Amino acid sequence: MNDTPIRVVLAKLGLDGHDRGLKVVARTLRDAGMEVVYLGLRQSPEGVAAVADEEDADVVGISMHNAGHLTLAPRMVAALRAAGRDTAVVIGGIVPPEDVTALEAAGVAAVLGPGASAAEVVAAVRRAAPA
Amino acid sequence: MTGVDDGGGRAHAQWRAAYDRAAPPGDDARTMSGVPLEPVYGDPPYPGQYPYTRGIHPGMYRSRLWTMRMFAGFGSAADTNRRFRDLLAAGGTGLSTAFDMPTLMGRDSDDPVALGEVGRAGVAVDALPDMCDLFAGIDLSRVSTSMTVNGPAAILLAMYVAAAEDAGAARRDLAGTLQNDILKEYQAQKEYLFPPRPSVRLVTDVIAFTTAEMPRWHPVSVSGYHIREAGSTAAQELAFTLANGFAYVEAAVAAGLDVDAFAPRLSFFFNCHIDLFEEIGKLRAARRIWARWMRERYGARDPRSLQCRFHVQTAGVSLTAAQPEVNIARVALQALAAALGGTQSLHTDAYDEALALPSARAARIALRTQQVVAHETGVAHVADPLGGAPFVEWMTDEMERRAEEVFARLLDAGGGTMLEGVYAGIEEGWFVGEIADAAYRFAREVEEGRRIVVGVNAFTDGDDGERPETLRIDPAVEREQCARLAALRAARDHARVDAALAAVSACASDPARNLMPPLVDAVRAHATVGEIVGALEAVFGTYAEPVVV
Repeated sequence: MNDTPIRVVLAKLGLDGHDRGLKVVARTLRDAGMEVVYLGLRQSPEGVAAVADEEDADVVGISMHNAGHLTLAPRMVAALRAAGRDTAVVIGGIVPPEDVTALEAAGVAAVLGPGASAAEVVAAVRRAAPA
Repeated sequence: MTGVDDGGGRAHAQWRAAYDRAAPPGDDARTMSGVPLEPVYGDPPYPGQYPYTRGIHPGMYRSRLWTMRMFAGFGSAADTNRRFRDLLAAGGTGLSTAFDMPTLMGRDSDDPVALGEVGRAGVAVDALPDMCDLFAGIDLSRVSTSMTVNGPAAILLAMYVAAAEDAGAARRDLAGTLQNDILKEYQAQKEYLFPPRPSVRLVTDVIAFTTAEMPRWHPVSVSGYHIREAGSTAAQELAFTLANGFAYVEAAVAAGLDVDAFAPRLSFFFNCHIDLFEEIGKLRAARRIWARWMRERYGARDPRSLQCRFHVQTAGVSLTAAQPEVNIARVALQALAAALGGTQSLHTDAYDEALALPSARAARIALRTQQVVAHETGVAHVADPLGGAPFVEWMTDEMERRAEEVFARLLDAGGGTMLEGVYAGIEEGWFVGEIADAAYRFAREVEEGRRIVVGVNAFTDGDDGERPETLRIDPAVEREQCARLAALRAARDHARVDAALAAVSACASDPARNLMPPLVDAVRAHATVGEIVGALEAVFGTYAEPVVV
C-alpha cells in the first residue's frame, strides 16, 4: 500500500490559451488528494519534462484545444523519455476519437475527451500513475 | 387603440416619428393567423430612446434584421479567400476572419513555437502578401470585414490598410471591425503579447488612427464572449466587459481624444448561453448601463456614443460532445435569446464544435438555425417583445445591480478610475481568480447532478456513439506556408526592413507618437508579424500572468 499522494504536473503546450478545463482539472485532482503542480500556459514539452523530473511527477497532464495534439503530444512523450523518465502522459481537450489510437501508439497513457467527468479524470490519472 | 399603453404620449410621438423614418416599405407585420402587429408594445422609454434598454433602433428587426455574420478561416490565405468569395457569391455582405494561433500570438509560421498550429484554427498571415491573397479579388471599399485579433491587432490593421490601398481602395472607405480588445485577453482568452499598459497604448493608437483616417471602421469590439467561455457567470461577463469598455474610453480620453469623436465607433461582443431570461436580462442591462455611464460619467452627448451596439455568438462552451446533434437545439434557444435581447449581429455555433473545428455541413446548419429564428418564429416583428414583463424587468435590474457592485470594487481598486481598477484586477489575478472560481462551481454542479446537462449527466441513453464527419486540416498547409515565408524573407530589401523595424521601436519608445504610421511602413517593407512584434517587445517587454488556480 502506497500512501504517498500521486504527483501530477499540469500544463498547456503550444500557443493556445484555453485554460478553463485545465484549471478545473487542477482543482478536481487536488480535491481527490493528489499533489498538483500547475504550470499554466505556453509551456514547451522540454520545460514540462524538466519540471516533471524535478518534482518526480507520476503523471503529466496536458490540455489541447486547437488541433495541435498530433504534433505536440508525441513531443511531450519524447521529451520525458529524453529526460530519462517514464512518467505517464494524459491528454485532455478537443481530441477527435479517431486520433486516440495514434496518440496511444505515440505513448500517451490516456486521452480524456470533452465532457469527461471529474470521476473519469481522477480514475484516468490514478490508472496512469505507477502503482 | 394601439398596443402602446403610455402615460408618455410625447415619448410615443417621438418614437413614432423616429420609427416612420426607418419603417420598412409596405410595413405590415402579422402573425401566422393574420393578426396585425404594432412595431412595439408597452411603456416608454421605447426602443431607440435613452437609455436604450429596449433596443438601440426604434423599429429593431422590423426595420432591419440582424446581420448573420459567420466566422470563418482556415488553412492558407488562398483557401480562406476561396471561402470568402463563395460567401459573397451566396449573397453575404460581410466577412469575418479567423486567424491561426501563431498569427494571433504574433509569431511567424516558421517560429519553433508555431509548430503544429499553422493554418489550423484559422488562416496564417505572416506578411503583407498573405493579407493581399486573403482578400484578392474582393472590393474592400464595398465589403465590411471583421478581423478577430487582439495582441497584434494594430499590425494586422496596418496590413489590411496596405493591402486595400495596394488594390486601389481608399482608407476612408474601409468598413469593418477589429476586435483589438486586449484587456479581456489578460482576464480570459490569454492572447496577450506585451504588459497591459503598453498594450492599451496600442489600442488607443488604433482608436486615434481610425478616428482620424477610417471613419467607417470600428476600432475595438469590447468582448465578453471569451470571459464567459473561460467560465464567468453572466453578471461577471456583463460587468467585466463594460468595465473594460469604460477603461478604453478613459484611456482614449487621456490620449487627447474627444469622447464623441470615437465612442460612436466602439462596439461590443457578448456570449449567449442557455439560461434564457438571464441572457436577455444581461443584454438589456448592457445597453442601459452603457448609456448611463457614457452620458453621466464620461459626458458623451452624441446619441450614438450612448448606444451599446453588439454582436452575439452562441456559447461554444455549452455544446456537448455527447449526442452532438442535440447541440442544434441548444444553439437555436441561444439564438432566440440573442434576438429577444436585441443583438445587432449573430454568429450561431456549429453543433460539432465540442469535437473539432466546424465542418462545412455543421456551419451551414448553424446559419439555417438563425434563419429559422429570424424568418419563421415571428420574433423579428416586434421590438423588445418581452419588455415590461415583470420577470424580465426584474432580471434586467438584477444584472445591472450585480454589475454595479463590480464597478464599485474596480473603481475602489483603481483609486477612482476604471482603467487603473482594471489594471489592478489583472495584475493581482483578481479577474482570473473570479472566473476560475465560477468555472469550478459550474463544473461541480454538473458533476453532482445539481445542474442537468441533457445527454451528459441525465437522459444519456440513446447515444449511439456515432460521431459526425469533422473538418481536418492538411498538414501540408504548414510546410507550404513556411516555404512561402522563406521565399519572402529571401526576396525583400533587407536594409528597408531593418530601417522600418528600427522606426517601429523608436516610435514605441515615445508614447506621444502614434504607432500606426510606422507599422504601415513596416508591413509595406514586408516585415513579418513576428519581426514587428519583436521590435515592439524590445521596448514594451513581455508579460507572464500571475498563476491563479
